[in-house]
Amino acid sequence: MTKELLKGNVAIAEAAVRVGLEAYFGYPITPQTELLEHLSQRMTELGRVFLQAESEVAAINMVYGAASTGARVMTSSSSPGISLMQEGLSYIAGSELPCVIVDVMRGGPGLGNILPSQADYFQVTRSAGHGDFHPIVLAPASVQEAIDFVELAFDLADKYRHMVLIAADGQIGQMMEPAELPPMRPLRDSTPDWALTGAKAREKRVVTSLYLKGEDEEAFNLKIQKKLKQIKKTEQRSVEYATEDAELLVIGFGTAGRVAYSAVEAAREKGLRVGLLRPQTLWPFPEQRISELADCVSGCLVVEMNAGQMIEDVRLAIGGQIPVTFYGRTGGIVPMPDEVLAAIEESYHRLQITV
Amino acid sequence: MQKEFLFSGFGGQGVMFAGQLLAYAAMDEGLEVTWIPSYGPEMRGGTAHCFVIISDKPIGSPVTRCPQVGIVFNNPSFVKYEGEVAPGGLLAINTSLVSAQSHRADISLLPVPATQLADGLGDVRMANVVMLGAVLTAVPALPLEAIRHALQTHLPEHRRKLLDANYKALEKGAEFARSMVKSAPEL
Repeated sequence: MTKELLKGNVAIAEAAVRVGLEAYFGYPITPQTELLEHLSQRMTELGRVFLQAESEVAAINMVYGAASTGARVMTSSSSPGISLMQEGLSYIAGSELPCVIVDVMRGGPGLGNILPSQADYFQVTRSAGHGDFHPIVLAPASVQEAIDFVELAFDLADKYRHMVLIAADGQIGQMMEPAELPPMRPLRDSTPDWALTGAKAREKRVVTSLYLKGEDEEAFNLKIQKKLKQIKKTEQRSVEYATEDAELLVIGFGTAGRVAYSAVEAAREKGLRVGLLRPQTLWPFPEQRISELADCVSGCLVVEMNAGQMIEDVRLAIGGQIPVTFYGRTGGIVPMPDEVLAAIEESYHRLQITV
Repeated sequence: MQKEFLFSGFGGQGVMFAGQLLAYAAMDEGLEVTWIPSYGPEMRGGTAHCFVIISDKPIGSPVTRCPQVGIVFNNPSFVKYEGEVAPGGLLAINTSLVSAQSHRADISLLPVPATQLADGLGDVRMANVVMLGAVLTAVPALPLEAIRHALQTHLPEHRRKLLDANYKALEKGAEFARSMVKSAPEL
């Protein structure tokens, strides 16, 4: 396979097609619309299901219905649209249905703006809907990683019978980079053993999120908590740069992680012992690795495109062992590498580390 | 080696496509590249811009505060970006539409009457490719041949009949820049 110059949104859409997306339901919203636009052509060409719903509320309930039949199904939106989907997301979690949701986050709160943001970290990692659950959340930092995470997302969704959310931001969605798409795979020829496919000549199956008796609901909750515990144990993912001898650990995800990479490179050129950890899974959060690194570094700087959300998970992972400082921009502003470098230098100075 | 380019102009002047051509060419040469557009609430007649970063190493931030090369196609772009080009960098100006003068002494200037040159070739829409030819002659980040190849492989099907015209536009820009370099040795 050769590399193509691909826009993030288009790359995600095409990757989903190639790994066997059977049905897509969505509603346009900047900055993710190219994703839906690409699928409107490709899915129809291939005789698969593409449906532009009347709203995000309708789209997520169509995802709910299609997922209950065992189809590989996806929707995509951006922040305000994901807010509208929350009821459906909770029902999907309550019914243990695999599906993939792409959130190309934009500035908020409210209608906000269409610029890149990471302000929905709490929303996507804490539950993405009412009730006790977490989606699996993947945070790509490049077009290639966005492609790779689409395949991973569908695999994890099937493996755990759970929803997987790809949390990108406007910059990942709009940027073009050389990337390699996976080869076209045939669609699955079988459905899972819980799928609603018509009960003719077999026992009926039930997909529901309704458990009227407290004991039944608790038993269900314990079941999903057990599953989430397993996911937390096995699916934490992160990448690192220059952490071996680092005194200051910078942590950032997605676009902020990429900007931080540039800043860490510049800090290294100045002789500062700085390293970067970029979480690839936001839930489960890579707390094991961060906790290990906390034993080796003197301080930590968290960089986000929000007012400080992931920093809470960093603090939980570090447990007060070392000081944790923060640099963030809000409102859809992407920090520049020089701003992050200044924050690194300040944190470094505050830790009184001598070069 | 990292080279950062900013293209800015009116919507319709082809600044996004000029940036994409550069990005395609860089990719074909086996380099790392990012292309990122402005996609904010742009208005008709307003400016649009894109950043292209080319590197032989993985690229961190796809946006930079001070690009090494600024390419401005209209007055609002000049006003916005003249001051942001990195010291020692290059500002290429479409003098057909930009009336303002740069007084920066710490950068090289490349004034190109791109719209007029394109008009002379019979199509004002070629100003973007004229400009790209001029810029890559002054800043040889990639050979012009790579852009010709990118045009050949990435010009949309319905625009293929314009391939020769695009080659001519590219050469026109390059030729103009070469004559400028001769008359302005500081470049």
